Amino acid sequence: MKRSGAQLVIDALKAEKVEIVFGFPGGVVIPVFDALYGERGLRLVLARHEQGAVHAADGYARSTGRVGVCLVTSGPGATNTVTGLATANFDSVPLVVLTGQVTRNMIGNDAFQEADIVGISRSVTKHNYLVTNRADLGRIIREAFYIARSGRPGPVLVDMPKDILIEESSEPLPESVSIRGYNPVSKGHPLQIRKAAQALAKATKPLFYVGGGLHIAGAAEAFRRVEEVVDVPTVSSLMGIGILPSTHPRFLGMVGMHGTFAANTAVQNCDLLFAIGTRFDDRATGDLAKFAPHASVVHVDIDPASISRNVAVEIPIVGDARLVLEDLLPQAVKPAHGQWVAETDEWMRSHPLGEIGGNARLSPTVVIRTIAAAFPDAIITTEVGQNQMWTALYYTFSQPRSFLTSGGLGTMGYGFPAAIGAQLGNPHRRVIDIAGDGSIQMNIQELATAVSEGVPVIVAILNNGYLGMVRQWQEVFYKRRYSGVCLERTGRCPPDCAKPDENCPPYAPDFVKLAEAYGAAGFRVIETREIEPALREARRIMDRPIFIDFRIEREANVWPMVPAGAGIHEMMNA
Amino acid sequence: MTHIISLHVENQQGVLARISGLFSGRGYNLESITAGVTADPTVTRITLACTGDDAVVEQIKKQLNRLIDVIKVTELTGVPSLNRELMLVKVNAKGAQRGEIFQVADVFKAQIMDVGHESMTVELAGSPEKIDDLIALLQPYGIAEMARSGIVAMERSRKSEN
Repeated sequence: MKRSGAQLVIDALKAEKVEIVFGFPGGVVIPVFDALYGERGLRLVLARHEQGAVHAADGYARSTGRVGVCLVTSGPGATNTVTGLATANFDSVPLVVLTGQVTRNMIGNDAFQEADIVGISRSVTKHNYLVTNRADLGRIIREAFYIARSGRPGPVLVDMPKDILIEESSEPLPESVSIRGYNPVSKGHPLQIRKAAQALAKATKPLFYVGGGLHIAGAAEAFRRVEEVVDVPTVSSLMGIGILPSTHPRFLGMVGMHGTFAANTAVQNCDLLFAIGTRFDDRATGDLAKFAPHASVVHVDIDPASISRNVAVEIPIVGDARLVLEDLLPQAVKPAHGQWVAETDEWMRSHPLGEIGGNARLSPTVVIRTIAAAFPDAIITTEVGQNQMWTALYYTFSQPRSFLTSGGLGTMGYGFPAAIGAQLGNPHRRVIDIAGDGSIQMNIQELATAVSEGVPVIVAILNNGYLGMVRQWQEVFYKRRYSGVCLERTGRCPPDCAKPDENCPPYAPDFVKLAEAYGAAGFRVIETREIEPALREARRIMDRPIFIDFRIEREANVWPMVPAGAGIHEMMNA
Repeated sequence: MTHIISLHVENQQGVLARISGLFSGRGYNLESITAGVTADPTVTRITLACTGDDAVVEQIKKQLNRLIDVIKVTELTGVPSLNRELMLVKVNAKGAQRGEIFQVADVFKAQIMDVGHESMTVELAGSPEKIDDLIALLQPYGIAEMARSGIVAMERSRKSEN
């Protein structure tokens, strides 16, 4: 039976059990959209910007563990995916992004809406393809899914010229995939695992350091079982939040630039740092020369290139985190570390996370703690900046794959479309984007997507009228020279304004009206006692998105804070 | 120091761009890169000469291995290997200088490929060091133009059964 390239694309997606395609049409991909018309086995979600489509697919993928799929057109459609691809690539998110391309005979001619997206996206994808023969199309799509989801996952882009989408051919989809240059390992080396188990057993100040790799590998359960046996204090990277419940007695919190006192102090004092699925990012380690000075390091990671890159490792284990932990479990022994546990307990007790702000306006941390109490099992997404760090520190997570945030690339505008994707993939859970008033406007157009899809995503805007994290840096390191960070600035403001005052406009913009204009629900919360009722009201709404404009303290900061280039024990506090 | 890395890669469009892009994107030093098809027409062999300390070169090899189109990465530094390069050099040569250049070329087993009114072109295939030596000797005559191929390299065959 002959079928067009476009029909083959749809059949290949179904063979991969894809449920949802996030897309935006354009000239050269009309054949694929045509093949989707009336299709009941695949849900097409029309984003309002291609960047939103990619982040939505990303949120779907991170929250479900499945491959997220996007379909966009050539030229600007394709270039608009770049930030989304880079975001997913940095955080190892499996995506397949299908782009239309001009017909083969026009490639290189500067044709209308032509862009060399394979060249442009090379450094922000795990792999990419330009399909040059109709006969290769099915194989390439199957390979794209296999590469995206296996090993260290990542986005794969497939660029498909329009004439290939139209051309009819009868070859079947290949049954299996084999790529001679790509054979990701999965099992860790048994000898290395034994060494790691022995090192753990004889350590007196052992510390687990968990990262996003555990979410990706589905290893939270395996880790919790090992933790039950060994009872070792644990810190996490930003991406590793939720591997242990935030309330677990051995969980010391996030490590790094905005890490907790207990977590950072434990890293600097441990004698064994047992790191799993983390790449020792500079925001987590601070000055590498001062990092974990007394520790020997075990490092489990599926990507050999992540091991011994930033931190020297005594016991490297290349492998899938879940399989390595399952092999470790029968050998795991509780070490003689009672004194160390008492020490870490004391750091937790003596340095709890206090409330921040709340004098003139709302405290952002009270808002987040109230959200956590009202929605204890939500999937939380964030934007980037103060909103992200406060959420990481103050929301209490209990489940894996429930904290979706752009960790590596730090993409403002990620959280809202990611929340839409996560909600579509998890219809029975509540999804909340904890946003800032700056970040939310970077993909605000996705309100239209959320309204038309009827997804009840809650967007909690921590509204301080500033690009808060940059403002915080300017306050602390640049003598309050608030350059380019005030979102309420008007033409009447002095060029050297260094503080908010009574002349600042009340709303910039009015998020309640904005939500209503799109057909979403919008509330404003000014007083602390209004937080909880607003959340209760939001909980009742199940058919459309809800924006809540939390008017927070304008100059609230994230504490603790490690200055750039310092060791992570050199923490500043309020 | 210079490390020689030999790659077997898929013979496909864009592979060279992936590899050179990896070096430029991650700030690695690439001294030369050569590529040509192998006995298997689906496989291209690429020889890279790059510089960096051991940790950097280790990272370069790991990053190369991550590329889907790279089938095999072999480091040829520190193992018995043949490293060869081809050079064409056009030297200013008039009158008696020609004879001198002929003699120098002869010592290096270089070929005279072309002789013109004011210059002559010498071809030499050999180790990069030997090529450097010949250039040094020809420099005083004035080098009008020079082209070097970059290194191609291969591990030597074993000399005994074990």
